[in-house]
Amino acid sequence: MSREEIYERLNEVFRDVFDDEAISVNDETTAADVEGWDSHMHISLIDAVEEEFDIRFDMKTVVKMKNVGEMVDVIEQEA
Amino acid sequence: MQALEYPFDSQYIIKKKKSLKRELLSRDVKYVEKKIAVLGGSTTHDIIAVLELFLLNAGIRPSFYESEYAKYWEDVMFDNPELTEFAPDLIYIHTSNRNLYHLPQLSETAEEIDRNLSDEFARFHSLWEKIEQTYHCPVIQNNFEFPGYRLLGNLEASDVHGSVNYINRLNAMFAEYADTHKDFFLQDIQYLSACYGLDRWADAHYWHMYKYALAVDAIPTLSYNLSNIMKSIFGKNKKAFALDLDNTLWGGIIGDDGVENIEIGPETPMGQVFAEFQTYIKKHKDLGVILNVCSKNEQENALAGLNHPDSILKPDDFILIKANWDPKSKNLVETAGQLDLLPESFVFVDDNPAEREIIRSQVPGVMVPEIGSVEDYIRVLDHAGYFEVTALSADDAKRNEMYKQNVKRMELAQSVGDYGEYLRSLEMKGTIEGFIPMYLERIAQLTNKSNQFNLTTHRYTRAEIEEIADSNDYIDLYGKLEDKFGDNGVVSVVIGRKDNEILHMDLWIMSCRVLKRDMEFAMMDALVKKANEAGIKTIRGYYYPTAKNKMVEDFYGRMGFHKTAEDAEQNTTWEFEVTDSYRVQNHYIKVNEK
Repeated sequence: MSREEIYERLNEVFRDVFDDEAISVNDETTAADVEGWDSHMHISLIDAVEEEFDIRFDMKTVVKMKNVGEMVDVIEQEA
Repeated sequence: MQALEYPFDSQYIIKKKKSLKRELLSRDVKYVEKKIAVLGGSTTHDIIAVLELFLLNAGIRPSFYESEYAKYWEDVMFDNPELTEFAPDLIYIHTSNRNLYHLPQLSETAEEIDRNLSDEFARFHSLWEKIEQTYHCPVIQNNFEFPGYRLLGNLEASDVHGSVNYINRLNAMFAEYADTHKDFFLQDIQYLSACYGLDRWADAHYWHMYKYALAVDAIPTLSYNLSNIMKSIFGKNKKAFALDLDNTLWGGIIGDDGVENIEIGPETPMGQVFAEFQTYIKKHKDLGVILNVCSKNEQENALAGLNHPDSILKPDDFILIKANWDPKSKNLVETAGQLDLLPESFVFVDDNPAEREIIRSQVPGVMVPEIGSVEDYIRVLDHAGYFEVTALSADDAKRNEMYKQNVKRMELAQSVGDYGEYLRSLEMKGTIEGFIPMYLERIAQLTNKSNQFNLTTHRYTRAEIEEIADSNDYIDLYGKLEDKFGDNGVVSVVIGRKDNEILHMDLWIMSCRVLKRDMEFAMMDALVKKANEAGIKTIRGYYYPTAKNKMVEDFYGRMGFHKTAEDAEQNTTWEFEVTDSYRVQNHYIKVNEK
């Protein structure tokens, strides 16, 4: 799966989770850039991303991810 | 909303919870408002968020108090102005085996472990007692899931040093407390987590990452189950089944295959699975769930199938059997009408997806589960929890009998031309008096179940009913009605609050099964008499409209009250002057005659 394809699907997940059709994320996006992305919504987001790509982030991966780009790196490897 | 009906897609709910909430709130629904405090021993954020969706879907609009992280004990045991001001209608305590202090150590003696177990229980016991003294509201407390590992292997279950053994004993103590305390309800997480799969339920990832005691994907299962207990406490349970026949209660199509070829009974695997399902359905009669047939069939074929020697369910087990070629939506609405129930009190069970879709689109509010294949029927209906039981009363088991008597009364009414003559022929006897201990449970239950003949829709817990019974500040009456067809039990409850010479009618309810029997007049007569004796000059009645109680919007007018006020929301206030010249209005029921 290309990064473009991953982003296309990832954006849908973000839009579903944050109930906002205008969201578009990129490599540099962090929690601070998305309204409502707090620690609670983060859990729902991770859950939804795992479902979308049929992967499981293990603990040591989740604690290290700093931005959306790093999340996509993991999806690229796993999915 | 279908996404929130069992069986649901948990991941979908977690992902879409924001938009689901938005959609729910955009519906035009008259909600019952409830204040719910959630006191957790672990993170409870999404438990609350998802619970809110299930409650909104059931017509309950909750507001929440959430304890600080893991402060479930401190929040109750110490002065808590915030919680006091919140004044919860219900408190849910969510703890897990992560909150246990004294799980046994191999180095401890049996006596030490026993002592620790009592201490552990005492900590929860003090919490519950404090809630009862301070907040006077129902409590839901979950029991404990099994531990994630077993140091002693299978010996954990039997040896006193085993955590499995310890949790089993503690859960038994919780169960005993629940069994002996009204308004205390146990949520059986031990069972829920077993159904879900303990390894997935107690996935340690979620504890170490987010301090959730269960996996995020398991939250909808927990919250849905919790919402069922709450729906039951707040009187939102379903009341009746409407059941299809062919390939639902037996295998095959009786009209095509003939009664001798339908699959029911011990001869074949398919016959067995249908018989097991029929047995499951039949047991609901003892809970007071009303059974009806809604089938596209000739009536005689339907009866032939139910009279099959191996059929567990017999024609007599059903109140109404509608087998014809009309649309099922029409039959279901008619069945509801004849039983004085609302269509939304029904669970419609049909193997045919097209019929299910028709009911869903034509009769909104009816529960129409995706029941799967026949071997899934029991599990789906059972886990859906439409009839979650929070209080069993002796009346429940008799309810089917009562509905059957009502059908006989209907037949009599049709055969007798004059309505007054019909009422006389029923030979009705009533008992109307102040609340007595024997009926407190039934009275509380009735205040939570009555929706249509209910002027204020004020719900009472058993504890509140007991307080009213003991207090001199109220005039309280229950009414019981029997006739030649049988005993209807307690069918009406009236609560008036004394305020010098005014009596405020906090509650006036009647069971719809005794509509048009003059019971309301008998209650009015008794109320006026009691009010007069208590020196009351004015009885003030209130009508608060809901989606369901339109039938009583002019009730006080019919009782001889005059309207004194009406606000923008059509809430009306009525007054009745109490005088010695009051003329009794009931002429058909003999009240309090032995």
